[in-house]
Amino acid sequence: MQFIPNSSIKQAMLNDLGVASINDLFSDIPPQLRTTALRLPAGMTQQAVEAHLRTLACKNKSFYELPSFLGGGIKPHYLPAAVKAVTGRSEFYTAYTPYQPEASQGFLQAIFEYQSMIAELTGMDIANASLYDGATALGEAALMCSRLTHKKTFLIPENISWEKKSVLKNYTHGAGITIRETSYDPQTGTCNIDALTRLITDQVAGIYVENPNFFGLFEDHVEDIAAAAHAHQTPFVVGVDPLSLGIVRSPGEYGADIVIGEGKALGNPMDFGGSTLGLFACRQEYLRQLPGRIIGMTKDQEGNPAFCMTMQTREQHIRREKATSNICTNEGLCMLAAAVHLAWLGGTGLTELGKQNFDAGHHLLKAITAIPGYTAPFSGTHFNEFVIHHPHASTLHTELLHHGIHGGLLLEPWFPALKDCILFGVTELHTPDQTKKLLTTLKEVD
Amino acid sequence: MYRSARYHEPLLRDLNEGQPPSPMPKIDVPKTLQRTRPVALPVLEELQLMRHFLHLSHMNYGVETGMYPLGSCTMKYNPKLCEAISQWDSFTLTHPNQDPLTMQGTLQLMYELEQMLCEITGMDAISLQPAAGAQGEFSGLLLARAYHEHRNDTARTEVILPNTAHGTNPASASMAGYSVIEIPSTPEGTVDLKALENTVSEHTACFMLTNPNTLGIFESEILEIARIVHAKGALLYYDGANLNAILGKARPGDMGFDIVHINLHKTFSTPHGGGGPGSGPIGVKKHLESFLPVPRITKKKDVFSFAYDYPQSIGKIKAWYGNTSALVKAYTYILLMGGDGLTEAAEVAVLNANYMKQKLVDSGLYDLPYRALRKHEFVLSADRLLNLKGVRALDIAKRLLDFGLHPPTVYFPHIVKEALMIEPTESESKQTLDAYIQALITIAGEDTSLSKAAPHETAVRRIDEVGAVKTPILTWKALETAVATPKKET
Ligand SMILES: Cc1ncc(COP(=O)(O)O)c(C=O)c1O
Repeated sequence: MQFIPNSSIKQAMLNDLGVASINDLFSDIPPQLRTTALRLPAGMTQQAVEAHLRTLACKNKSFYELPSFLGGGIKPHYLPAAVKAVTGRSEFYTAYTPYQPEASQGFLQAIFEYQSMIAELTGMDIANASLYDGATALGEAALMCSRLTHKKTFLIPENISWEKKSVLKNYTHGAGITIRETSYDPQTGTCNIDALTRLITDQVAGIYVENPNFFGLFEDHVEDIAAAAHAHQTPFVVGVDPLSLGIVRSPGEYGADIVIGEGKALGNPMDFGGSTLGLFACRQEYLRQLPGRIIGMTKDQEGNPAFCMTMQTREQHIRREKATSNICTNEGLCMLAAAVHLAWLGGTGLTELGKQNFDAGHHLLKAITAIPGYTAPFSGTHFNEFVIHHPHASTLHTELLHHGIHGGLLLEPWFPALKDCILFGVTELHTPDQTKKLLTTLKEVD
Repeated sequence: MYRSARYHEPLLRDLNEGQPPSPMPKIDVPKTLQRTRPVALPVLEELQLMRHFLHLSHMNYGVETGMYPLGSCTMKYNPKLCEAISQWDSFTLTHPNQDPLTMQGTLQLMYELEQMLCEITGMDAISLQPAAGAQGEFSGLLLARAYHEHRNDTARTEVILPNTAHGTNPASASMAGYSVIEIPSTPEGTVDLKALENTVSEHTACFMLTNPNTLGIFESEILEIARIVHAKGALLYYDGANLNAILGKARPGDMGFDIVHINLHKTFSTPHGGGGPGSGPIGVKKHLESFLPVPRITKKKDVFSFAYDYPQSIGKIKAWYGNTSALVKAYTYILLMGGDGLTEAAEVAVLNANYMKQKLVDSGLYDLPYRALRKHEFVLSADRLLNLKGVRALDIAKRLLDFGLHPPTVYFPHIVKEALMIEPTESESKQTLDAYIQALITIAGEDTSLSKAAPHETAVRRIDEVGAVKTPILTWKALETAVATPKKET
């Protein structure tokens, strides 16, 4: 085999061990359990495998073949070539968790840079070295709130993605946490602040709000929510789209205690929902309850600055069943991509990118609602996703596909009240031609 | 002799030439959210950025740098082709909510990967959703709960595991709401059947086991273990971290396991990425299939779809469908290897481990507690060196770095004193194995001052990890407020 160097000298090695055949090394497996052969195809050459994968790849339609205006938390973004150039270094991608810090200074410093930039972005004191994704970050945040407060109710907005709700339920069930949903204002599409404040009692472990929310809208009453939460010593958890933070205040400035989010827009491709990056940042005083790895700066024996994993007594390999989380393998390389992308953008680049996305969203909403039959059900200010109502949303979807365009996400299956509503997403990557094609088709099919 | 690059690489923010902060453009966001200044991130030229990260890469050790026998992690070679294919636009530039009719290639790949993993593990159904091994465990325990609750069997509040279990096992169990009971191992290093029999009861939800276990020992009594567990109505969970040892040789499904997780980032060669992304698919027997996460991938008349209509499903464990690029790499790897190639991988992985084990035991310098025959990994004790010379497993690990070799996993499993857990994998040549063996022998014979002060040749010398805990400096900002770290002359 092309990847197994000792195949050809197996016998010599066995002789050396005084073992007759390789099967003797498996004599501890009871005979009735021994497999005869795997019913899998024989190995193929690299060339043949590549050819086969090409036929599969041809059955996918990527963004450039089928421009898509889907929202829902993932959108296409421009990936600077520099990002791949760094993450493609095999010193990085073939390494594992930096258990041996002296041989892992590169990755460790990169994580330290990432933690610093995420803390800066979110206005928090500390950030961890990644969780699996935005949905599990929410689950971990709820668990952390409950550990901090010893309370068992966690408040979330009704309008977050159904996937997040399901993940949250699975993450919190074992801890006996009850999830309560707070309604949104059907006029604005944002948090119903009165309803929310009524639900905040001394029994609440934490309050979660997304900004921008699942409908793409900015929550403008965040300071009131923070005040209401803090009046009950309840941690305020804010979910963010990191790209929006170039143009809006950091959650730390308006009272957030924990900031989470899906970070894949930083440096990672859509990847059909893979290559996710769970952002997790919080106040310094929560450090001992933080889930996941964290890197600290220290010194080596000669006094040189050096980096290592720290505060490990929170983690599963030391604390076992009392660990703050079960996470071990995290999303290291996605985190590295995010760090490179953030450094590539710089502060001004991030603001510029945020503005491009904001503008793209606003131009498209305006253009779509100018077409008769298309209306925007919510009055709030949005970022780069927005909801549109059209009387025949699902036939529209099919028609668009026929015209080589992928429309937005149909919301009705998950939000029955939003019949015929579509969640569109648009970014700096969409070209004027793609947008024009969408608008022309929307006009035609109407 | 090995010598790592040693840069005193500044922090990113110190590379900043101090460009004047640009004013915020006017943007019509709600007043309460107006940002007054751009985020304080450094502004760099691309060359500065590339040099920075290139220098960092030079100070990082990966599988392609040298042998990386980190026990329990299966640090095998990651074929370049798998990487290249996973980065094709047709796979990466795709939205998870895109109409499945426009994603038939990826869906077919996922469907076929599920089938391949069923065949390899002997399970009936697979979900590719979990992001890593620990998440597979957690999902599996949620399935166990759903299964028992569905049978109105609600008094099962405990998960049992052996004292050799990896830390994620108890952590996942307690996150899933179970109390954890640890049972001892026999002098053979295997599950103590008596202890198991005495512990398992109508309160047991699940017994979690790695086979071969973390000592690298195959649990030969596995059928009896399964009988004991099932007799009390509990389920048997397979931690698949060590599946590389038995590919094509034996299957957890045939051993009586009800639930398994597989680490694609170990056994199926998807790279570890400096800590991830991983992928931890779970497989189940028929009686648990209806509880698997949604969506499931279905095939009707050559059309692949996502199906959500499984009322007993636990729902979602992660957003979307799993770490897709890892799935593409694992699928590509399995095609490259084929059934025979995977079997040979297991054979040579086991041969390499036993070869190293034998040579090191023969050296008389290291001890091998518990049964002699190992599978893909073995755990030596360096306790003798500690007693003789005061050299600890940690010192040996650090000294190995000077030889350009990545140390084994150390101090795990906990039942071995001064543990060195070595997993060479099938990727290493005999020449490399011999060099590693020789390094361990040399270190044992050296003047102890060398290992005590090791490493000498890495980017930094031995690190003060205690200091890192005492004064946590976790961000650039914290650095400003902390006591200034003295910087060495370059
Ligand atoms: C035996 C064992 N079980 C479980 C895990 C957890 O897997 P992951 O790191 O993918 O979450 C590991 C990982 O190192 C392991 O070695």
